[in-house]
Amino acid sequence: MCGIVGLFLKDPKLEPQLGAMLTDMLITMTDRGPDSAGIAIYGRPEKGKAKLTVQSANPDADFASLADDLGKAIAAKVTGQVKDTHMVLELPEDRIEAARHAMRDLRPKAKVMSAGEGIEIYKEVGLPKDVAARFEVSRMSGTHGIGHTRMATESAVTTMGAHPFSTGSDQCLVHNGSLSNHNSVRRVLRQAGMTFETENDTEVAAAFISHKLQEGAKLGEAMEATLTDLDGFFTFVVGTKNGFGVVRDPIACKPAVMAETDQYVAFGSEYRAMVNLPGIESARVWEPEPATVYFWER
Amino acid sequence: MQTFDLSAQGLRALNSTLHALKGQTNQTSWEVINPKGAHAIAVGLDAPVDVTVRGSTGYYCAGMNKQATVRVKGSAGPGVAENMMSGTVIIDGDASQYAGATGRGGLLVIKGNASSRCGISMKGIDIVVHGNIGHMSAFMAQSGNMVVLGDAGEALGDSLYEARLFVRGSVKSLGADCIEKEMRPEHLAILADLLKRGEADHLAKPEEFKRYGSARKLYTFNIDNASSY
Repeated sequence: MCGIVGLFLKDPKLEPQLGAMLTDMLITMTDRGPDSAGIAIYGRPEKGKAKLTVQSANPDADFASLADDLGKAIAAKVTGQVKDTHMVLELPEDRIEAARHAMRDLRPKAKVMSAGEGIEIYKEVGLPKDVAARFEVSRMSGTHGIGHTRMATESAVTTMGAHPFSTGSDQCLVHNGSLSNHNSVRRVLRQAGMTFETENDTEVAAAFISHKLQEGAKLGEAMEATLTDLDGFFTFVVGTKNGFGVVRDPIACKPAVMAETDQYVAFGSEYRAMVNLPGIESARVWEPEPATVYFWER
Repeated sequence: MQTFDLSAQGLRALNSTLHALKGQTNQTSWEVINPKGAHAIAVGLDAPVDVTVRGSTGYYCAGMNKQATVRVKGSAGPGVAENMMSGTVIIDGDASQYAGATGRGGLLVIKGNASSRCGISMKGIDIVVHGNIGHMSAFMAQSGNMVVLGDAGEALGDSLYEARLFVRGSVKSLGADCIEKEMRPEHLAILADLLKRGEADHLAKPEEFKRYGSARKLYTFNIDNASSY
């Protein structure tokens, strides 16, 4: 199974409530995926700044002096905020790649969850309500976000096996389904220079889209290409700095419902994920068509 | 009318209350409020009662229905009226995938669109869809009638047995062994009755439909192919 939720805000007045709305949606999807949960939340980018979200199994040891250590390593001002097993590091945008590199030497066991101007990713093993509480997701504001509740099929229940997967700056992907040709696609993408953290099928889909975007494809084109190159069952929701997109495989047996009002576009694996959104009674609610790409960008 | 608040009283209480109703009950009219997309609302009813759900439902609403009339004043999630035996289920909005799957009797009316696999493996149910139906609808449909006022998606009636399919709009493609067939007077009579009972007689006339059925080449034994069976 697995549950997906997504919210793209059109009305800036709702931005302070993004985390609270997504948390409510995520918890409703617990029985579709009680193994682990994750959320990607996009804040308003600040000019010249970027964020690196890192995760560690030993946060006390790894995070104590990390902001200072990283600042010295990349010769720039770095500030950090610890949230449970994750830490969000703020640094100059042009030092983001240097910071990624430096992390490998400074904290080899810590994992980079996401990097970019807007994105922060938090994910852990456990019930969605517990995961959301650990990271205080309900207090976060932002412009759009994607959440996932996981019922594992293709790989182990681990932090790194949870969704969202991020394989490019400000990009992320969540998945309901399973891919059957992920090993061969991973091999091709590795040869093309993409790197992988897990044996998970969804990470391959994320990297596939990131690679297409690197090659110059637009988001819509990259998502369209999943329909021809990826084999298996999927409903994907993809996040970028400016928006989010949805695509389902041609068989479309993984459920999906969307709702749109003047204030937001929402995605849920089921309608019940969206029942507490403001104005849902009068929203346009529909099921996304199979093999059809939908995306919203600002 | 009895009103049941699903969010306050819970699903199990609703279904066990409805299951307790027998043929001679005086409580024949029920209203369910705050469905909020919950699963398995009004599943397994077996009494001539009328249940109106005020809002949208999740998976399997009105599944295995016998005798009852269930109305959804919203849209229905996957598997609505799955394996219905008799009675009537009316969805005011859209229905998600496999609406009416394996249904053995009764009438399912969807006033909006139905998505993929509508009427898959239907075995006697009648389905009337005011809008469109998605791909692989009526896959392996065995008996019963499906009436679609709008368009049908890919592979309509793939591996069809003896169900009758009536489509007014376009058909994106026909599945294996499904062909267009001649519309005879008895079919027009069936259609007229179903349009009336499906609350669609003001929307369409029987003459506007085409009939599709099985070419009977796939499911019948063919002696020439004996070696490959």
